[in-house]
Amino acid sequence: MANSDAIVSVKSLTFGCHILEPGNAANFRTGDWRSMRPIMDMEKCIKCGMCWIYCPEMAYNQNEEGFFIVDLEYCKGCGICAHECPKDAITMVPEEG
Amino acid sequence: MTKRVGMEVSIAVAEAAKLARAEVIPAYPITPQTHIVEHLSEIIADGELDAEFVPVESEHAAMSCCVGAAAAGARVFTSSSSQGLSLMSEILYIPSTMRLPMVMAVVNRALSAPISIWNDHQDIMVQRDIGWIQTFAENGQEAVDLTLHAFRVAEMKSVHLPVAVNLDGFILSHVIEPIELPDQEDVDKYLPRFKPRYKLDPRKPISMGPVGIPEIYTEAKVAHDRAIKNSKKMIVKAWKEFAEIFGREYHPIESYRTEDADLLLVTMGSISETAMTAVDAMRDRGEKVGLVRIRLWRPFPGLEFRKAIGKAKILAVVDRCLPPGAVCGPVGAEIRSFLYKIPGAPKIFSFVAGLGGRDVTVERFEEMVDKARAYAKKRPRELYEVIGVREQ
Repeated sequence: MANSDAIVSVKSLTFGCHILEPGNAANFRTGDWRSMRPIMDMEKCIKCGMCWIYCPEMAYNQNEEGFFIVDLEYCKGCGICAHECPKDAITMVPEEG
Repeated sequence: MTKRVGMEVSIAVAEAAKLARAEVIPAYPITPQTHIVEHLSEIIADGELDAEFVPVESEHAAMSCCVGAAAAGARVFTSSSSQGLSLMSEILYIPSTMRLPMVMAVVNRALSAPISIWNDHQDIMVQRDIGWIQTFAENGQEAVDLTLHAFRVAEMKSVHLPVAVNLDGFILSHVIEPIELPDQEDVDKYLPRFKPRYKLDPRKPISMGPVGIPEIYTEAKVAHDRAIKNSKKMIVKAWKEFAEIFGREYHPIESYRTEDADLLLVTMGSISETAMTAVDAMRDRGEKVGLVRIRLWRPFPGLEFRKAIGKAKILAVVDRCLPPGAVCGPVGAEIRSFLYKIPGAPKIFSFVAGLGGRDVTVERFEEMVDKARAYAKKRPRELYEVIGVREQ
């Protein structure tokens, strides 16, 4: 994983490899091994938030207009949002390049 | 003053865990360890010890429960043997790298097949590399003392590692020996309240046991390796403290009549008492034979071992474990590797004896000594020899 934050020396490693800062997974870019990405059709979206509820990675956040937008730093491309969307507004497309 | 009383060693070890005020005891019964946890469950049911006894569904669950309890900051004790210890295997590596103190009495027994409930060291040798501190008791009193010592060491701030105290199944566990159980007051002095460096606490949330990506795994393992290597001086310190309070002295390596010895037997555990008798008999005949006993197996006390063997020319190392297809038994391999190419190192001969409850008698030790002397003159074809095999 391309994650310089995780590269620490044996001396600076936390005791027992414990995570002493709760929620610090947010500091780590964990979406870069995704092979599919969700594309949202804003025309079809009814802002119901099902994608936000079902996302196992909590990668969706609501913007000021009320739309739920995926954060690709964390999205792993599992496709649950696309599967659950009642309006078929989300399509999974292959990551390219 | 404490009194010496005749007591089954298993009961005495359970009483030691009680004196240590263990707080959580997840355990599953298995021969020959059963009496330890059975007695503890009685003590707790009778209200003599304020602890949580968790009657788990397997040893895998027992060790998992130990890990959870230790992570929550409890003083944890458990015990197992043989197949049960093997069933724990997956979990045993976890508390050590996670630096969770706990104490386990391992009542050593052979592994199947064929099914054997009797004593040897194969069960713990399978778990040699779990990263726990490992000690071996020679007699009942030592099993009690090492149990108390294990709690002290495990919980030292710079150590914070699990400790396995090995005692031979039946030969120790089921024998009634004169045991001096220390006073509660003295044990309390020796074992202050456990203050873990970190614990799971909703008021101060942390995570334990996260994934170790390739960028971090090596460092995590090296940190563990350094911790257990550095623990040796604290293990010795805890034995010194023990001697000050309880009057009995322990060292990583024990020597018996090694002065001017040209040949040394090297043993672990209860067979060492028979080995001492054998040494006495051979000394009476004018043979310069001595005994070196390994009490601290992990971390391996190399410096002390080297000192103990002095200028001996021949070592006869006894393993109670036969790893099929290996170069030799694990203790033999350790010592060979440790002394390899050290100038003036003795010739090392590896013997396997006492498998699955087979007695290792005085005569067997004499046989090993005679064979080691003969092999020193004429190199044997094999790198180890199993003693007492009926070929016909």
